[in-house]
Amino acid sequence: MKRRDTLKTLLVGTVGGATLGSTIGCKTDGTDSATSPTTVIDEVLYGRIPKEIERDQKIKAEIYLNEHELTTIAVLCDIILPATEDAGSANDAKVPEFIDFIVKDIPSHQLPMRGGLMWLDTESNRRFNKEFVNLSNAEQIQIIDDIAYPNDKNEKPEMSQGINFFNRMRNLTLTGYYTSRMGLDDLGYDGNYANVWDGVPAEVLAEHDVDYDPEWLAKCVDQSKRLDIAEWDDDGNLLT
Amino acid sequence: MQIKETAKEYDAIIVGSGAGGGMATKILSEAGLKVALIEAGPYFDPKDPVTMTQMKWPYDSPRRGASVTRAFGEYDMSWGDWKVDGEPYTQKEGTDFMWWRSRMLGGRTNHWGRISLRFGPDDFKRRDIDGLGDNWPISYDDIKPYYDKLDKMVGVFGSKENRRNDPDGFFLPAPKPRLHELYYIKGAKKAGVDVIPSRLSILTKKLNNDRGVCFYCSQCNRSCKEYADFSSSSVFVIPAVNGGGQVDLYVNSMVRSVTTNDEGKATGVSFINKEDRKEYQLKGRSVVLGASACSSARILLNSKSKQHPNGLGNSTDNVGRYLHDSTGAGRSYFIPDLMNRKTYNEDGVGGLHVYSPWWLDNKKLNFPRGYHIEVWGGMGMPSYGFGFGATEMNKYVQGQVGGYGDKLRKDVKQFYGAMIGMAGRGESIAMRDNRCTIDPNVVDQFGIPVLQFNYKWQDYERYQAKHMIETFDEIGHAMGAIPLGEKPGKDKDWGLLKPGQIIHEVGTTRMGNDPKNSVTNKYSQLHDCDNVFVVDAGPFTSQADKNCTWTIMALSMRTSEYIVEQYKKKNI
Repeated sequence: MKRRDTLKTLLVGTVGGATLGSTIGCKTDGTDSATSPTTVIDEVLYGRIPKEIERDQKIKAEIYLNEHELTTIAVLCDIILPATEDAGSANDAKVPEFIDFIVKDIPSHQLPMRGGLMWLDTESNRRFNKEFVNLSNAEQIQIIDDIAYPNDKNEKPEMSQGINFFNRMRNLTLTGYYTSRMGLDDLGYDGNYANVWDGVPAEVLAEHDVDYDPEWLAKCVDQSKRLDIAEWDDDGNLLT
Repeated sequence: MQIKETAKEYDAIIVGSGAGGGMATKILSEAGLKVALIEAGPYFDPKDPVTMTQMKWPYDSPRRGASVTRAFGEYDMSWGDWKVDGEPYTQKEGTDFMWWRSRMLGGRTNHWGRISLRFGPDDFKRRDIDGLGDNWPISYDDIKPYYDKLDKMVGVFGSKENRRNDPDGFFLPAPKPRLHELYYIKGAKKAGVDVIPSRLSILTKKLNNDRGVCFYCSQCNRSCKEYADFSSSSVFVIPAVNGGGQVDLYVNSMVRSVTTNDEGKATGVSFINKEDRKEYQLKGRSVVLGASACSSARILLNSKSKQHPNGLGNSTDNVGRYLHDSTGAGRSYFIPDLMNRKTYNEDGVGGLHVYSPWWLDNKKLNFPRGYHIEVWGGMGMPSYGFGFGATEMNKYVQGQVGGYGDKLRKDVKQFYGAMIGMAGRGESIAMRDNRCTIDPNVVDQFGIPVLQFNYKWQDYERYQAKHMIETFDEIGHAMGAIPLGEKPGKDKDWGLLKPGQIIHEVGTTRMGNDPKNSVTNKYSQLHDCDNVFVVDAGPFTSQADKNCTWTIMALSMRTSEYIVEQYKKKNI
């Protein structure tokens, strides 16, 4: 491309001529389909800019955790969050997949995760002469009960590394689960859709022994007039 | 290297498309001036589905919103944060200033908190009150008409409160408080702390036919596809670029310096095109800097010439000095009464529905300037980090910390939405030695010399942070809340955050009547060069305990109208 044209394309005249700025500059028509992120990924868009897309693709192609480690994580995930009558388990919510990704994305998880899994196998071997995944459920729970309660650190100093590992495992399992569709539903999260906020439900106010002060309410939006264009008098009193 | 020049001469070249530059673009182009707007980052429109993060679910991303590539989480709409690839800055030994930059059309206004507070009459004359810093060369009465116009032009919700130093404006109606905010109101009142509806630039009611109305997703930091909150991109720049043909927009263009002629007058700017990494020049009859306080100071300091050997506007060594950020300290609490909540949609607007403006008289306190309190909490949408330490709060309610299985599930649910946080944002004192200068040894990837920061807090700010923390605990106690974590003590400056962390940096090209101790005059025009103006937060003489954006825009409007006037009088 000639320099003259570059100057021309840096100059963005219309919205249509400019999708993502960092892709501007190679074509004068501004469409840039070759470098548009939509052609790079065909999954759900989550608002990544080109260098972030590149980073995500690189991370997804990498392998960190091996098969044995992932199998162990899957067992731990369902001990931490087994299915209930109303909700699926951590494996149902694909939490191991999340953990597989996040340890690559946030490398500070890697060593404690890998080392912690090895600690767990070592402890299993010491007690039962088998790796953790090959223990019976009762045997697994016997170990987990020794590392699931941080306040036990003083009484069981030999378990402290295991307790740290299980804290991390629990944290990542909960995050992976409650950020999934299944977890959001289990939690009862209600939001992230267009709505009109008109205050705390009356029964909730009563339950918590709080109420709206009428003087305060008078300053609040009358949602029946939200689509009327605002007009004021000269003193700033809203007229509409 | 051959520098590419354009033959065209603009009436005004505006550098930076954020709050200040966006406003200048609107006013100057609507007045008929031919404008070039130069932005260092790429094009951005909040409604572009490719880059949009609004209404995304955590599971839309494999990292569930974690802050790996964006400091405030991957859905936050700021391209760039305290670190920008290839654009370093340095520190004087023993200091640590954090410098946020958003490289995109609209700059930081795409993700800001929308807290829109007018400065009050006292805020322009603080030296008269406590003898520290300097008075502004203007008063509240000078800027009031611009605040009034701004309220109607851009929109801000709030309430009439008749507080002398927190002036009312033309407000849209406020949203009703959420449950945790009702607890805060109760606690604050018991503790003797004033609390009123917050004032945010979000449209709770229709303002005009160009923009939508808030639909309560609570995600203003992701930028609004309905244009129902203020972003300079959606509200100022995109309409200006699309209408009238007065504006040429240059994106991905990093301004290095302002060019000047033999008389010392500005002739335009020199910039690096990030795509081909070549240098270009644009000619303009005036230059309007809105690159952010520190970026504009950097451009001026890098604009050395025979006529301006210390950098443009720097004949008296004031450019880069008096840099100051808001103070900040915060604390989180657990409210046992909020356990086992009934869940319902309480997303609300993006940010707080209530806040506490400064309520005390500093003459009776051991620190000179005030602060306001912001409140957060509620049943927000989970993202990466949700559930970390989920069982910790058991220790306050005779429960067992740790565990797994059904017990764990129950813990997560019973503590969901039972947290509340308070954060203080206060005024610091502008110190002559808190400054940015050009680092003689370091350049960025475009070969442009970078900034070196030197910034230290004083006891003025430390004692203010101490007061914040103690007040939060009083309010917390009054609402039946239990503080989480250790109370920060003297060894931690009572939790005072680092300078730059609140992202309200101002003062680097401060305005004043005396050129010996200021860079710009009361119209934000350089004393040393009358066709160069600064419309970001650089001209702030002092910060106030209010967020700076509303005042940046009011001042930019005032300066822009002044430029139009000068242009009509043929002075430019």
